Amino acid sequence: MTKEEFTKMKQELEAEYLAIFKKTVAMHEVFLCRVAAHPILRKDLNFHVFLEYNQDLSVRGKNKKEKLEDFFKNMVKSADGVIVSGVKDVDDFFEHERTFLLEYHNRVKDASAKSDRMTRSHKSAADDYNRIGSSLYALGTQDSTDICKFFLKVSELFDKTRKIEARVSADEDLKLSDLLKYYLRESQAAKDLLYRRSRSLVDYENANKALDKARAKNKDVLQAETSQQLCCQKFEKISESAKQELIDFKTRRVAAFRKNLVELAELELKHAKGNLQLLQNCLAVFNGDT
Amino acid sequence: MSAPVIFDRSREEIEEEANGDVFDIEIGVSDPEKVGDGMNAYMAYRVTTKTSLSMFSKSEFSVKRRFSDFLGLHSKLASKYLHVGYIVPPAPEKSIVGMTKVKVGKEDSSSTEFVEKRRAALERYLQRTVKHPTLLQDPDLRQFLESSELPRAVNTQALSGAGILRMVNKAADAVNKMTIKMNESDAWFEEKQQQFENLDQQLRKLHASVEALVCHRKELSANTAAFAKSAAMLGNSEDHTALSRALSQLAEVEEKIDQLHQEQAFADFYMFSELLSDYIRLIAAVKGVFDHRMKCWQKWEDAQLTLLKKRETEAKMMVANKPDKIQQAKNEIREWEAKVQQGERDFEQISKTIRKEVGRFEKERVKDFKTVIIKYLESLVQTQQQLIKYWEAFLPEAKAIA
Repeated sequence: MTKEEFTKMKQELEAEYLAIFKKTVAMHEVFLCRVAAHPILRKDLNFHVFLEYNQDLSVRGKNKKEKLEDFFKNMVKSADGVIVSGVKDVDDFFEHERTFLLEYHNRVKDASAKSDRMTRSHKSAADDYNRIGSSLYALGTQDSTDICKFFLKVSELFDKTRKIEARVSADEDLKLSDLLKYYLRESQAAKDLLYRRSRSLVDYENANKALDKARAKNKDVLQAETSQQLCCQKFEKISESAKQELIDFKTRRVAAFRKNLVELAELELKHAKGNLQLLQNCLAVFNGDT
Repeated sequence: MSAPVIFDRSREEIEEEANGDVFDIEIGVSDPEKVGDGMNAYMAYRVTTKTSLSMFSKSEFSVKRRFSDFLGLHSKLASKYLHVGYIVPPAPEKSIVGMTKVKVGKEDSSSTEFVEKRRAALERYLQRTVKHPTLLQDPDLRQFLESSELPRAVNTQALSGAGILRMVNKAADAVNKMTIKMNESDAWFEEKQQQFENLDQQLRKLHASVEALVCHRKELSANTAAFAKSAAMLGNSEDHTALSRALSQLAEVEEKIDQLHQEQAFADFYMFSELLSDYIRLIAAVKGVFDHRMKCWQKWEDAQLTLLKKRETEAKMMVANKPDKIQQAKNEIREWEAKVQQGERDFEQISKTIRKEVGRFEKERVKDFKTVIIKYLESLVQTQQQLIKYWEAFLPEAKAIA
C-alpha cells in the first residue's frame, strides 16, 4: 500500500468511527433523557446511582442461564399474548390504541428496514467515489501533461465529494433510521404494556368468575373476595398508568419525529449546498482553463 | 428516456494540424425500429448525417442501417487500414443475450435499455470514425452513410469488436512467443507502448469502480423508492394529523429523489462508464497497430535474411561452377533485394503513420475526456440543485408539525 492509500484508509476509518460514536452517543442521550423525564422512573435509585457514582459500575452482563430464562419468558409471553388479545376491550380508548399500535408497529418496522437499506446503499455509493478518486489519482500521476493535471483535480473533487456523501449517509442513518428503529422498539414496548393490561383484565375477570363460583358453593369466599379485590386494584392501577403512558407516547413520538425530520432536512440541505459549491468551484476552474 | 447527448450537436470544428483540414460533419443514430419477427428479427437504426463537406452530394441525409452493417463497415476499414498503422475505431460489441431478448419480443425495461445502450454506442462509433481524416475519405464509409441500399455484410462473426480484440490479442501473444528481439532504433515506440500499457491498466481499474457506482446508484434508487412507499404507509397509520401529513410529504420527497438517483445512474453510465469502456477498446486497437509494426519489421528482417542466404547460394554456385544455377541465384537475389527495399519502405511508412496516429489519438483523448467528464460533473451539479429544491420545500412542512 502506498503512503497516500494508507493515509486515505486511516482518514476513512476515523470518519467511520466518528459517525458510529455520534450515533451511539445520541442513542444513549435519548434513553437517559427519557428516564429522567418519567415521573416514576426518575425516582429510581438505580438511575441515581448510574448518574452520580463516579467510579466504575462493574455491570455484569446476562449469563447463559439468564439469557435462556429470557428466551422462555418471551415464548410464554407471545403465546399468552395471542390468547389474551382475543379478549375485546370495553374501553374505547384502549381498543383504539390496540388497533392503532398493531398497525403502526408493523409499518414502522417496515419503514425502519427500508430506511436501513437506503442508508446502506448511500454508503456503498460513497465508497465507490473513494475508489474512483484513487483510480483518477493513479491516472493523474502518469506524467505532468495537461490531461494529468485535469485528472488530479477531478480526483481531488471526488475525494471531497465522497466525504460529503458519506456524511449524508451517516446523518440519514442518525436522524431517520435510528428514529424509526427507536419507535419500532417503543411501539413494541407500548404493545407489551397493553398486553400486561389485558393480562390483568383477564385475571380480574377470572377472579370475578372464581368469586361467583365460591359464593355459589359457599366455600373459600373470603379468599376469593380478597383475590378479586387485588385483581381489581391491579387492573385499575395499570389502566390508569397505561392511559397516561400511551398519551405521553404520542406526545413524545410527535416531538421526536418533528425534531429529527427538521434536523434531517437541515442537514440534507447543508450537505447538498456544500456539494454544489464544491462542484461549481471545480467546474469554474476547468471552464476557465479551456 | 433517451441518453443525454454526449457530443455537442452544434457544429464541431476540429483543426487537423498536419494539413489544415476543417471538419464539418455530425452523425446521429436514432429511432431504433424492430423489423421482422422471431429469431430473424433485427433492429434498424436511422443514421443521419449533417455536413457541409463537398464530398457529399447533400448537406443532410439519412439511411437505415442494422447492427451487422456497422460491423461490416468496421471489418472493411480494419482490413484496409489497420495493418498500415491507422488506428481504426473498434465497433460496438456483439451481444447474443441482449439481442435474443429483443428478438423474442420482450418489451421490458432491460431490452429497451439494451437497445438504447447499443444506439448510443453506434453513434459514438460513427462519430469517432468520421473524425479520422483518412477514414473519412474512404469510399466504403461514404457508401455506408449515403447509400439507401447496402449489400448485406456476411461473416461478421469474426469481425465484431470482440472478434477484433481476440484477433489482436492472439497476434500480440504470437508476437511475444516469437520472441522478436526487435532492434528498436526508436525509443519513442518503446516508451509509447509502455505508456499505453499503463493507461490500459488504469482505465480498466477506473472502469470497474465506475461500474460499481452505477450498480449501487441503481440499488439506492430502488431502495429509496421502497422507503418512500413505506413512509407513505406509515404516514397513513399515524394518527396525529400534522405528523401524518409531514410523513406523506417525506414520502413524496423521497419518491422525487428516487427519480433523481435514476437519472444520475443514467449519467454515470452513459457519460462516464461508456467513455471508459470505449477507450479500453480503442487502446486495444492502438496496441494492435504497434503489433502490426513489429510484424512488418519481422517481415523486413526475414527478407534480409533470405537475401543473405540467396547471396551465399550464389557464391556456392560460383565456386561449384554451375552456370544455370548461378543465373537462377542472380534472379532470386534481384527478387529479394526488391523485397528488402519494399520491407524497409513499408516499415518506415508504418512507423511514420503510427507516430502521426498516436499524436492525433492523444489529442482526441484529451479533448474527449475533458468534454465528457465536464458534462458528467454538470450532471452532478444538476442533481445537487434539485436536491436543494426538494429539501427546501420539505423543511417548512417538518417545522409545521405541532
